[in-house]
Amino acid sequence: MELQAVLMAAGGGSRMPDLTYNTPKPMLPVGNKPLMWYPLNLLERVGFEEVIVITTKEVHKMMSTDPKMKDVKMKLDVVCIQEDGDMGTADALRHIQQKIKTDVLVVSCDLITDVALHEVVDLFRAHNATLAMLMSKAHEFTDTVPGQKGKKKTAEQRDFVGVDQSGKRLLFMANEADLEDGLSIRKSIMRKHPRMHIKTGLEDAHLYCLKKAVVDFLADNKSISSIRGELVPYLVRKQFSKTTNSPKIKDDAEDQNQKTIDELLISSRDEPLLQLAQERSCWNDHRGDMSEAYHGGKLRCYVHIIDQGLCYRVNTLAAYIEANRLAPKLFEEPAVHPSAVISERCQMGSDSIIGALCQVADKTSIKRSTIGNSTTVKEKVKVTNSIIMHGVTIEEGCNIQGCVICSNAVIGRGADLKYCLVGSGQQIEPEGEDQISFIHIMQCSNDKPVCFRIVRKHRLVSSY
Amino acid sequence: MADSGVTDGLCDTDDIERSKTEGKELTKEEKQRLRKEKKHQKKIKEKKDDAASHEDEKKKKKKKEEKPVGAASQPPTQPSQKAPAPAPVPVPASETPALADKPAKSKADLKAERRARQESERASKQGKKGDVGQPVPTSKPKAPPSELQPVVKRLPEHVQVDNPDVLKKLAKKLERQQIPLRSDYGYKVSLFSHLHQYSRKAPLTQQLGIPSTVIHPAIVRLGLQYSQGIVAGSNARSVALLHAFKQVIRDYTTPPNEELSRDLVNKLKPYISFLNQCRPLSASMGNAIKYIKKEISNIPSQCKEEEAKSKLLSCIECYINEKIILAAKAIAKYSIEKISDGDVILVYGCSSLVNHILCEAFEKKRKFRVIVVDSRPRLEGREALRRLVQRGISCTYVLISAVSYILPEVSKVFLGAHALLANGYVMSRVGTSQIALVAKAFNVPVLVCCETYKFCERVQTDSFVSNELDDPDELIVTRKGKTQLEHWQEVPSLGLLNLVYDVTPPDFVDLVITDLGMIPCTSVPVVLRVKNVDQ
Repeated sequence: MELQAVLMAAGGGSRMPDLTYNTPKPMLPVGNKPLMWYPLNLLERVGFEEVIVITTKEVHKMMSTDPKMKDVKMKLDVVCIQEDGDMGTADALRHIQQKIKTDVLVVSCDLITDVALHEVVDLFRAHNATLAMLMSKAHEFTDTVPGQKGKKKTAEQRDFVGVDQSGKRLLFMANEADLEDGLSIRKSIMRKHPRMHIKTGLEDAHLYCLKKAVVDFLADNKSISSIRGELVPYLVRKQFSKTTNSPKIKDDAEDQNQKTIDELLISSRDEPLLQLAQERSCWNDHRGDMSEAYHGGKLRCYVHIIDQGLCYRVNTLAAYIEANRLAPKLFEEPAVHPSAVISERCQMGSDSIIGALCQVADKTSIKRSTIGNSTTVKEKVKVTNSIIMHGVTIEEGCNIQGCVICSNAVIGRGADLKYCLVGSGQQIEPEGEDQISFIHIMQCSNDKPVCFRIVRKHRLVSSY
Repeated sequence: MADSGVTDGLCDTDDIERSKTEGKELTKEEKQRLRKEKKHQKKIKEKKDDAASHEDEKKKKKKKEEKPVGAASQPPTQPSQKAPAPAPVPVPASETPALADKPAKSKADLKAERRARQESERASKQGKKGDVGQPVPTSKPKAPPSELQPVVKRLPEHVQVDNPDVLKKLAKKLERQQIPLRSDYGYKVSLFSHLHQYSRKAPLTQQLGIPSTVIHPAIVRLGLQYSQGIVAGSNARSVALLHAFKQVIRDYTTPPNEELSRDLVNKLKPYISFLNQCRPLSASMGNAIKYIKKEISNIPSQCKEEEAKSKLLSCIECYINEKIILAAKAIAKYSIEKISDGDVILVYGCSSLVNHILCEAFEKKRKFRVIVVDSRPRLEGREALRRLVQRGISCTYVLISAVSYILPEVSKVFLGAHALLANGYVMSRVGTSQIALVAKAFNVPVLVCCETYKFCERVQTDSFVSNELDDPDELIVTRKGKTQLEHWQEVPSLGLLNLVYDVTPPDFVDLVITDLGMIPCTSVPVVLRVKNVDQ
């Protein structure tokens, strides 16, 4: 087997706590499909037959009941881990080290993309790379997000990514947070690659092809806990560090049993034959200096940057809303689920999606919205630009604009909501006039809203 | 390499045709008659002189697979296949009277020779079981095998791309093997429209599933490296191919009820088709594949799997060692005799063998300087230049358009070869024939260095018939931000041609340095014949 797929679905969704309070992030509905269905679908389309899914028990339970997940024809090998949140992605890989027999393809559950996966994997195969990853041009989300007061988000830490002339070889990667006193580039890198392009507008798609030796290396080095945060920068740096040509000279402080990543990579069989083939080949990946192909380095990291096409990581509310709008375009599925009951006098825009078993009554208008499964929408309701999850009841005469309404909420008669985020199981009282912008209703453990952020007061929806 | 035809002139008796078309086993009498006719024909042809070839070997193998296998009860008739049987076959005693019955056109000594050959072969085959796994007895003590039969040779598929039937056949074959078909790209110049032309930007992996299950991952990786040019150069491609085969053999397990010797060869066939789609196979790769297939078929069926696998792996190691590494050493030794102090040596492109020779000569303290000639679009000369300068050899670098200006300074020309054809022509990187031509005009000796495993039985006198077309977009160059040829496809009267190989006639080549020694170009058929005898 060439590659094993690993889906990381244990993440908490820490950047959108309101949405994930009741529903774990992998099961958030996007276009009426659970979020983790999208990467699974990508893997299935490309030809994988088995995926190792690392997730929590809760998600595993929800997966087994979800109808959409049953459409997934691949064999899912679910590994449950604790939800305490201490396990990073690299820790999870270390946890399943025994199952890993070949090179791995690690995907995050919140990736929605239509990229041709073979581009990333071809880099991995052709150059015998240690790491191949996917990055995309970062998107600016322009829609107003409920709950946001309109001010710019606090400093999203930028990523500085350095690639070589061809745009494929990854030379440098650092996060702004780690670069307190400026960006310094080692002379060894500059000597080998005098032309480097540094980009900051890139977003990491969290899709990595890793060699098996890396997983073995992780097993030995327990200090690395996150793939993105620690492993990738480590590998990128290690490309240019002095290779251990003489393995006998080791640091005394280093544990003698710990193998460095170089040794693990070099200890492949038939290395002399590969060397011979490379020597005899008249190809070089660079020119202008006296060194051989790849500068003789064994560790190589490659990146594939896409600037066209869909590639989203749904880890913030804005991304979630954008994804809901765009994800349905990936598939040629009917906008209205066949089991939904829609009355004739309902106006439905073409970009709206209605889920299964919905009931939409007369004189409603639904534009640019997503309506989840088993939702009831009564008469004279106007829904625009909103995301309504499963099991929601919207009574007559409501006017919902730009909202995100989580599952099992009840919107009372005549409520008027603009740019609101209604938590799970919440009830909006009838005649609730929320011409109020940005009311944020959160849910706490005893089902009572805990706090609000009120910008302008007209009439509170519920007071505590 | 030209494939041999299925039909040959032997099968012209009506009843044999009839029984064949009826799908029945030929009766014993018919088979005897067939054999007699074959031998008769062979004797006629034996008088003529020609080059030995492996064609009948291949045909035999093919036929062996086609013929119904259940010939256990008729071991004597096993070899009675349509392929001319120049090689001795185990003929039981009952057959020898049949030989004696032959029309007295045979000369007595030929008969005796043949009988002696058959005896020896029978003796060597005593221990072997499994008639299907039997390799073609390849030793041909008497040189001219009956290649001179009126064989209808079929053109290989890769030079018939403009024939839709051939394409359909190819598509069917690939579908059977579950390999995607790579589509041609762009407008092909009419003279070369019979060849494939692929785009580098459309790799074959686009159509494969990602965890490739049909094709071994090592082969997918190799195919990618071929199509992107990461592994380029005859020797490198062969070594990489053998390395990938080693991995395939290591990961191979014999399915139940199958024999390793047959099943492994069948497993390799789709891989070879895949590699062919990624980039047409080179002559050296073809010879390496033949060798491996022969070795696999030679595995006795009672051999255990582990033992068989380790034997195959060591065979591969041995092949690489002998044919590439040691051959390079031998060639270097011979060439160094030809390099004297004060020489100015001209090399073209990047030939791993020529670079090796020059580096060795430099180690042996010869004083010479090198002129590296380079050409677009590959510009491989830069890599050769780097390797030579790294060793400390003083070099000059020119483009091929300057060759006639630089030649008055040159004392010798060393060229590498992709393959040496059976009529003495040298197939090498495009531009080589020009260099040889100009060198001849200036009376500069041209020496071609080539290992014997690159000798192939193909015959070609021009570069049109069989060649390789590379991606035409490689010719496009961007200078000062402007790409003039960017929209070349929209200009109806414009075609871009990116040839890879050309053939140099033997009149322009003064000497060929091989691991067997220094030979003139016209002795290539002799070497091929000697090679066959050895095998």
